[in-house]
Amino acid sequence: MKFEKKDILGIKDLSVDEINLILETAESFLEISTRKIKKVPTLRGKTIINLFYEASTRTRTSFEIAGKRLSADTINISASTSSVVKGETLIDTARNLEAMNPDVIVLRHSAAGAPQLLASLVKQSIINAGDGSHEHPSQALLDMMTIKEHKGKISGLKVAIVGDIEHSRVARSNIYGLSGMGAHVVLAGPATMLPRDIEQMGVKVVSRIEDAIADADVVMMLRIQLERQKQNIFPSLREYAQHYCLNRRNIKLAAKDVIVMHPGPINRGVEISPDIADDPSYSVILDQVNKGVAVRMALLYLLIGGSE
Amino acid sequence: MKLLLTGARIIDPSQNIDSRMDIFLEDGKIAKTGADLSKSVKSKSSEDITKIIDLAGMILVPGLIDMHTHLREPGFEYKETIASGAAAAVAGGFTSIACMPNSDPVNDNRSLTEFIKRKAMEASLANVYPVGAISKDSAGAKLSEFWDLKEAGVIALSDDGKPVRDAALMRRALEYAHSLQLPVISHCEDTNLSGGGLMNEGYYSTILGLGGIPGIAEEVMVARDILIAEFTKTCVHIAHVSTAGSVGLIRDAKKKGLKVTAETAPHYFTLTDEALQSYNTNFKVNPPLRSKKDVAAIKEGLSDGTIDVIACDHAPHGRTDKEVEFEYAANGISGLETSLSLSLNLIRDKTLNWPELIARMSVNPARILHLPKGTLKAGADADITVIDPQHKWTVDVQAFCSRGKNSPFHGWEMRGKAILTIVGGEIKYDGR
Repeated sequence: MKFEKKDILGIKDLSVDEINLILETAESFLEISTRKIKKVPTLRGKTIINLFYEASTRTRTSFEIAGKRLSADTINISASTSSVVKGETLIDTARNLEAMNPDVIVLRHSAAGAPQLLASLVKQSIINAGDGSHEHPSQALLDMMTIKEHKGKISGLKVAIVGDIEHSRVARSNIYGLSGMGAHVVLAGPATMLPRDIEQMGVKVVSRIEDAIADADVVMMLRIQLERQKQNIFPSLREYAQHYCLNRRNIKLAAKDVIVMHPGPINRGVEISPDIADDPSYSVILDQVNKGVAVRMALLYLLIGGSE
Repeated sequence: MKLLLTGARIIDPSQNIDSRMDIFLEDGKIAKTGADLSKSVKSKSSEDITKIIDLAGMILVPGLIDMHTHLREPGFEYKETIASGAAAAVAGGFTSIACMPNSDPVNDNRSLTEFIKRKAMEASLANVYPVGAISKDSAGAKLSEFWDLKEAGVIALSDDGKPVRDAALMRRALEYAHSLQLPVISHCEDTNLSGGGLMNEGYYSTILGLGGIPGIAEEVMVARDILIAEFTKTCVHIAHVSTAGSVGLIRDAKKKGLKVTAETAPHYFTLTDEALQSYNTNFKVNPPLRSKKDVAAIKEGLSDGTIDVIACDHAPHGRTDKEVEFEYAANGISGLETSLSLSLNLIRDKTLNWPELIARMSVNPARILHLPKGTLKAGADADITVIDPQHKWTVDVQAFCSRGKNSPFHGWEMRGKAILTIVGGEIKYDGR
C-alpha cells in the first residue's frame, strides 16, 4: 500500500489501513534508535521545519530527533502566539517558509484549525503537532503503537480516558483512532470537562473514574492544566486529586494486566499518583515517549521518503 | 424625472395589493398605480419626457429596507465606507438601510450622526438611517443623549455587538427611549456564557476543538429583555435571532400581547454549524451558525410571524480580518448583496409567500423603525425594488460593491435578484 496523503492533519482523516501502515512503518524504524550509530540516510537532503507557536519540549524534540535519525536537516522555529496576533500572520510566515523550499512543516499551534489553514496555502507537507483542543495525531499514533505492543491488538480492548476531555486534543485524536481500530472507549471526568454531544463520537461517557476504569485494559490519564481553574471547571486541585487521581486503590478495579498511559507532562499527585506513574508493572509512559520517535520517523518517511 | 413602470406584478403588502399593474413616479413620489397607465400618463403631459420601462415578468415591491447593517465609517474605512455600503445596498435591492453605531468613534452623539447623514447624502444612493448607541461609547455604563440623537436623525438605538449587560441600564434605556418613541434594538448575548466561544456549542464545536457559544447565551438575554419590556410596558426589538429557544420566547411574548419584535438574518435560515468543519473564517459570525433544529425553528418563526423582519446583519471585513487562524478572525458576513436571493429561497421552500416575504423585508422594518416607507401608496416616496425572480447568477465576491468580500456564499448558484433599485424616483441601480 502506498501512502497518498499530502498532510497529516488529524486522525479523523486517516483510514484504518493508513493507520496500520503508519504503525507498521514505525515498527520497522524502532530498531534504528537502538543502534550504536543512530542514523540512516533515508531522508538525506530533505529539510524539515518545526514551526512551534506553543511551548513544547517532548513533541518538538521527538520530531527533531526523528528527522535527524533519518538524516534530514531539521530547523526549529519557536514563535509566541502573541507575535502572530501583532506581527506577521501565519499566512505570511507560511509563504516565506515555502519560498525556502522545505519538504515538511511540522506545526504546533494554540488555535484549532491552524494546520488546515497552512496546508491549504503551501505545497509542502504539513504535520499537525497539536492544534488547540482539536487534534494531536502523532500522539494518538504513538499511543496506538504502545497499546499494540503491550496488548498485541487494539480491537476489543476497553480504553478509559480520564480528565479534561474538553480541552484535550490527545483525547479527540485517540477517540478517532482507537474507536476506528475497534476499541471501546470510555471517557470520565466531571461534567465541566466533558464537551457537549461527545457521545456522538461513539464513546461511552461516565462521571466517576471508578466507572471508567472498571475492567479497563488501558487507562489513559490526561493532564490537568492549572490555569483552567480560573474557568471554574474544577474548584481546586485538591478536590480533583481526591476524586480523579489514578492511585493504588482504584487501579485495582481495572483488568489485572492494565497498562497506564499519559501524554505528559504529568502532574504527580494530581491526575496520577507517583507510585503508579513510576510502577513499571502498570506505567508505559516512558515507552510512549520512546515510540514517539519511531512514529514520527514513520510519518516523515511516508510523506517525503517514498518518491524519487 | 418621471418614470412609468409597466407590466410588473406589483406586490405591496401594506395595501394588500398583488396584481399586474403599472406604476407612475413623479417628482420623487409615487403618483399613481393602476392598469394601463401609459395612455393617461402620456396624454396628460406630452411635453414632459416620461421614461417608460417595460417590466413584464418582473416583481415590483416597495423598496427593501435593511434594518441591520454595519457601514464601518468612521474608523474602519478599509472594511466599508458609507458610500461603498450604500452602493452594496442598492445593488442588493435595498433602498434604505439602518447602520449600527459601532464605528470608531461610536455613534453616540449628534455630530457623528450628522456626519453619517452627510456622507450618505453625498453618496446619494440608498437612504441611510443611523442607529445611535444606547450607552456612551457603547460601554454599558451611562446613557447617551437620546433626544439629541433623535433630533440629529437617529431612528433607533442599539449597543449592537456590545450587549447591555446591566439589566438596570437596559430598563432605563427602554423607558427613556419609549417616551421619545425611539425603538431599541437589543443584541442579546450573555458574554459570560459566550465568553471564549467561537462557534455554536454542540457536536461540531466538540470535534473541531473550538470553544462553544451555547444557545442559552442568547436566550437568557432575550428572556430578560422581554421581562423588562413587559414590566415597563415598552417595546423592544430583538436583533439577529439564531436559536429555537429565542423563537419560542418571542412567540410566547407576542401571544401575551407584548410589544416585542424580532429579526433574523439569511445565514441563520440557510447555514448550520456543520459548515464550520472547513475552518473557513467566512462562516464565523456572531451569533454563530446554529444546528439544523435551530434553522427549522427560525423558518417556523418566520412563517408564523414570530420573526417580523429579515435583516442582513451586513458585517463587512477586510482580508486581514479574515485571512487568519479561525480563533483570531473577526465575526461577520458581508450580506447586503446576497440577502434577497437567499431570502427568495424561502418562497421556493414554501416557508413564506411573496407578500409575507416583502412584509419582512420592507413593510415590517418600516413599521418598527417608524419610517414613512415600505409602501407604494400614492404620495409615498418613490422607493421601489424590482426583482427578476428567475434571474440566475453566481455569487462572486470580487464583483461585490461592498468592500467586504467576506461571504460564505461565494460561488453559490442563486436564482432571483434585484434588477432595478429606485430611490426617491431615481434609478440608483440598474442590473438589467
